[in-house]
Amino acid sequence: MTAVGATKARPRDLGVRVAENLLFAVGLPVLAVGLWAVWSTRSTSRFLVGPGTLLDAFRQTWIGPAFVEDVLPSVYRLLIGLFASILLGVAAGVVIGRLRPLREMLEPLLEFFRAIPPPVLIPVAMLLLGITDTMKVVVITSGAIWPILLNTIEGVRSTDSVMLETARSFRISRWDRLWLLILPAASPRIMTGVRQALSVALILMVISEMFASSAGLGYRIAYFQRNYLIAEMWSGILLLGLIGVFLAVAFGVVERRVLRWYHGMKEITRA
Amino acid sequence: MPDGTPLLRVEHLRKVYASGRGEVEAIGDLSFTMDPGELLCVVGPSGCGKTTLLKCLAGLLRPTSGLVEMEGSPVTGPSPAMAVVFQEYGRSLYPWLTVRGNVELPLRHKKLSRAERARLVADALDAVGLPQSARSHPWQLSGGMQQRVAIARAIAYQPDVLIMDEPFAAVDAQTRADLEDLVRELHLTRGISTVFVTHDIDESVYLGQRVLVLSNSPTRVQEDLVIDLPAERDQLTTRALPRFTELRTHVYEQIQRAKRGPVVPSSRAHRP
Repeated sequence: MTAVGATKARPRDLGVRVAENLLFAVGLPVLAVGLWAVWSTRSTSRFLVGPGTLLDAFRQTWIGPAFVEDVLPSVYRLLIGLFASILLGVAAGVVIGRLRPLREMLEPLLEFFRAIPPPVLIPVAMLLLGITDTMKVVVITSGAIWPILLNTIEGVRSTDSVMLETARSFRISRWDRLWLLILPAASPRIMTGVRQALSVALILMVISEMFASSAGLGYRIAYFQRNYLIAEMWSGILLLGLIGVFLAVAFGVVERRVLRWYHGMKEITRA
Repeated sequence: MPDGTPLLRVEHLRKVYASGRGEVEAIGDLSFTMDPGELLCVVGPSGCGKTTLLKCLAGLLRPTSGLVEMEGSPVTGPSPAMAVVFQEYGRSLYPWLTVRGNVELPLRHKKLSRAERARLVADALDAVGLPQSARSHPWQLSGGMQQRVAIARAIAYQPDVLIMDEPFAAVDAQTRADLEDLVRELHLTRGISTVFVTHDIDESVYLGQRVLVLSNSPTRVQEDLVIDLPAERDQLTTRALPRFTELRTHVYEQIQRAKRGPVVPSSRAHRP
């Protein structure tokens, strides 16, 4: 029977496809690491290390007490800063997006504040708040909030007029209107803002620890640099990259859940 | 309420929009009444202010002058006694909610028990023939089915008047015929008073017990026509009746005249 033959062939096709995808996904990184390993045996530069040395340094530096003393506090501040940015950015964005006079008044000002590179605020924040966790969280928030705020304003502002009129004609309560209309309608834009905020927050986490600090991932990397601990320094940079990738993956999972309707709808209109 | 009180009374309604280039008179002087249980079609040339009229009825727009009265009290804002079905079903249903969520949405602020709410939602979805789609999302359904969801949402709200704004303008002809029969059926079996705004002459004659023909802008009532077709209507036989043809020809002529210019409005319940 041809039908049975066809269904039998399918799992093998799937296996081939998975193998192919895997090859494409890891092929280039594996090749790059291989070339790097070969190159490092011939290189004499003091500032570049090979993959073996780096891995050793990574194990010795980060697996152990440093993880609890330096990495966890940094990640903790990063997450607090991110959540604060989301909370404040979305709350302010909804208010500003809904009130047209307020929006028109604030827009030039917001553009100006967004244009200021947040690291220049660190010395000021240090003076005002001291060298504290709060200062670092404030610095992270002061940079990560802008993409979220501006995207939320735009998303709220462009809520469909017929959807708003529907809510009005059915006398839907303010609370329901916020949670069941305005926030979901703006959610694709909000998620875009959060995605941009992730990388900003990671950068500011590192920078906020490089000034007058005594712990944290950024502090450690700066310390290694100043003391010519080259392999350790590179292992810190590797860890930063891994944290970034982990954040992006976690965000992807949340986004797919929150915006399932949006992706489903887009798929159908594209078909 | 004393007998004979109209459900809806519109008197000397006038709506002027202020725009950059001056004032635009969307509605000149409109007066009519509607009795409880009626199915009233409003038809007129395009751009004659049908949607403006509907928004004034629904309390979504404040008239410049004149009066809209619902069961004897003036309409000043959206009322729980009215439900609107918009033309753009795709923009009126919320894509992040399921079909059930959409139908249930306006019931959330009514003080109902959970069971009562569930019963209303199930009953409304039954009435529009979509009991099995409750857990789908609107965008997974066809255009006609989406408009059925919007109708279900309106009837679950249990309004005294259902206001429909060219609800079937965006669906194909066969779906449209099915939806027209759905409106007739809901009206016959549930006695829901309905104002149905359309630009389609055949649709207005097929659906309505009464057709209100509007004039060109500034809008007045061009004619108020009783449709004396049998209550049991059918897409094939009703549309083949000589009387149907007469009525649609008459409405067509009135609209042609309306396009040419304002005339003295004829009296209520005129028969051609």
